[in-house]
Amino acid sequence: MASKRIAVAKTYKIYIGGKFPRTESGRYFAHKDKKGNVVANMCRGSRKDFRNAVVAARNAEAGWARASAYLRGQILYRIAEMLEGRREQFIAELVLQGATQKAAEKEVDQSIDRLIYYAGWADKYQQVFSAVNPVSSSHFNFSVLEPTGVVSILAPDNSGLLGLIGNVAPVIAGGNTCVVLASESKPLSAVSFAEVLHASDVPGGVVNILTGFRSELTEQFASHMDVNAVIYCDGSKAVAKSVQTLAADNIKRVIARDRVDWSGDAENPYLIRDTQEVKTTWHPIGS
Amino acid sequence: MATPENKLAFDGGWAYDPAPESTDHIRIESRYGLFINGDFVKPESGKYFDTINPANEEKLSRVADANQADVDKAVAAARAAYRGPWGRMKPAERGKYIYRIARIMQERAREFSVIESLDGGKPIRESRDVDVPLAAAHFFYYAGWADKLDYAFPGRKAKPLGVAGQIIPWNFPLLMAAWKIAPALACGNTVVLKPAETTPLTALKLAEAIADAGLPPGVVNIVTGAGATGAAIVEHPDVDKVAFTGSTNVGRMIQKKLAGTNKKYTLELGGKAANIVFADAAIDQAVEGIVNGIFFNQGHVCCAGSRLFVQESVADEVIAKLKDRMETLIVGDPLDKNTDIGAINSSMQLKKIQSYLKIGQSEGATMHQSSCSVPKKGYWCRPTIFTGVSQSSRVVQEEIFGPVLAIQTFRRYDEALVKANNTPYGLSGGVWTDKGSKIFKMTQDLRAGVVWANTFNKFDPTSPFGGYKESGVGREGGLHGLDAYVKLGAR
Repeated sequence: MASKRIAVAKTYKIYIGGKFPRTESGRYFAHKDKKGNVVANMCRGSRKDFRNAVVAARNAEAGWARASAYLRGQILYRIAEMLEGRREQFIAELVLQGATQKAAEKEVDQSIDRLIYYAGWADKYQQVFSAVNPVSSSHFNFSVLEPTGVVSILAPDNSGLLGLIGNVAPVIAGGNTCVVLASESKPLSAVSFAEVLHASDVPGGVVNILTGFRSELTEQFASHMDVNAVIYCDGSKAVAKSVQTLAADNIKRVIARDRVDWSGDAENPYLIRDTQEVKTTWHPIGS
Repeated sequence: MATPENKLAFDGGWAYDPAPESTDHIRIESRYGLFINGDFVKPESGKYFDTINPANEEKLSRVADANQADVDKAVAAARAAYRGPWGRMKPAERGKYIYRIARIMQERAREFSVIESLDGGKPIRESRDVDVPLAAAHFFYYAGWADKLDYAFPGRKAKPLGVAGQIIPWNFPLLMAAWKIAPALACGNTVVLKPAETTPLTALKLAEAIADAGLPPGVVNIVTGAGATGAAIVEHPDVDKVAFTGSTNVGRMIQKKLAGTNKKYTLELGGKAANIVFADAAIDQAVEGIVNGIFFNQGHVCCAGSRLFVQESVADEVIAKLKDRMETLIVGDPLDKNTDIGAINSSMQLKKIQSYLKIGQSEGATMHQSSCSVPKKGYWCRPTIFTGVSQSSRVVQEEIFGPVLAIQTFRRYDEALVKANNTPYGLSGGVWTDKGSKIFKMTQDLRAGVVWANTFNKFDPTSPFGGYKESGVGREGGLHGLDAYVKLGAR
């Protein structure tokens, strides 16, 4: 009788600039299952990791913003395709993090569908939210949306995959780049999702995913001077105040998403609009 | 190239006779109370301060200095009106009141213009042809939105926020009041507005117009005062929304003060706009645009084109023509219809501008000013340009808010773009070229909320205005300006 095969365990790393480094800090935190067994040693991301990720996001920003809306839509669609192909893996991972089989299936299916939803918006929200303005003078005047730039995202803790995608997808559909801090209590899906992104033609640096402690990194996510907007989910009142205060140093756009039921009616183009700027252009009319 | 033969000579050797706008038809009270709950009332503070004419330093009136108790009263009046008649009113009826305000402003336009120029120092030609008509048009535009909000936000139901606290600057006093009040009312909110301490009069005249329009008491309250009054509004627990136009530093303080509250806010802050002139631009037209960009309203414009980038091959020509054109600008009495550049708004602002003139020179830049004479009394600054500046010069990086232009040159498109975007601000920008595709490329690439192509400093109620980056949050004007005054819920 052949001996039982030893499974190959995965090393969970962070995702910065299209690469999977370990945290520069060399630190880890153990993710355990319900019985207390160590499932994985997660990277305990550092402030330096975050700064590196912002550099990567900033470098990727101009290219991604200029990618055609059609291309961004196709890439989002491609992410969904890749996720569909690894559906069983993601279900198993959610179960490993405490979900029931049924709940895990629902979360993965909704995650895939949410990506499809925003893939479809990538070349439509501009038409819904832009305007040609009937000015009184002899000018052609129009207002369009443009991405805000680099967005930092403190993802919801209670929804490790769907909550992550529900925040990231509208940000990148709109041409922004982002740095995300994954759910602290359910961090596995975020790292596996980075692998999906990596296989989906998403340019390196467009989405950067860190794992680690919110208590340690929130301040950096809110205060970094080269971040244009911060999205934070489920902050306590004290955290909300701190994030908003720190964000003011460079007049960041601050988007609070509290107690959102990500499995419910949590998809709409206003989530894209949250990280968009309105640009108005005046052209004279004359011969 | 300008030569003595073809040099601009608008006066043709003739001098301009004074052409003063008459002031006999206007009425300014010797003292103004606070406009709270539909009436002018004495301030609880018991204090008043002078508002002066910056062109001759003479007192125009005394206005109340609102303290915390006054702001409390104003907010309470606004809340009562929101809970009461204004909140219950049919949107179409609300709109009709706002239309009335627009009409009264049009009827009294000349009075508003003259007082605006007296109190703020801007040329009468500008207050008459720009500020006041645009302010009235703003009310007229937003009046019509009041009963059409369901069409502004697809898939969402727009609801009012409640009481809006609004703080406006001194550079476009009446126009900024209109930008703030009109959309707030159209969306069903009530208002407590504080005009700037150096330019309170037209807001108080607007209060008269609002009273004449018969709006229910408390819908619009106007409280005068300085920074402390503004802080009392921002920090008032019963204010649901704060709208501020002013400096980035104060905007940052306000954003911090609002942290941890649920108040919605919009901030229209500073700018340091790049005005980019390519070699293929219509040069004479571009020179007019440069002049309008930086000398309009004495350069007291957050979106002023205060950084000029000229392509190297035409730099000498553009700068020569600009200097030539500057010589023709008439600096002086704001009430004279020939005046191009009026008085600097306050002695404080004049000192700030003068400090930057010193900074620019001490940093090694070359300063040039037009040779015109300026009146002895009052606050004046001749049109000024700096050449030989670098990207790190303080006169290039910092907002001066005066008639002071910093000029740099560039060779390639990319160089112009990188330099133009290399600022924490992102309010506006300008591009001058005859090539359509280059216009669209540059207007796309500039990180700024308003971009003018072959024009500058144009405004319209239907056209959203507001900044990227540290120039602010949110938009005012147009369809997009409604967003600042509503909360969106499920339909």
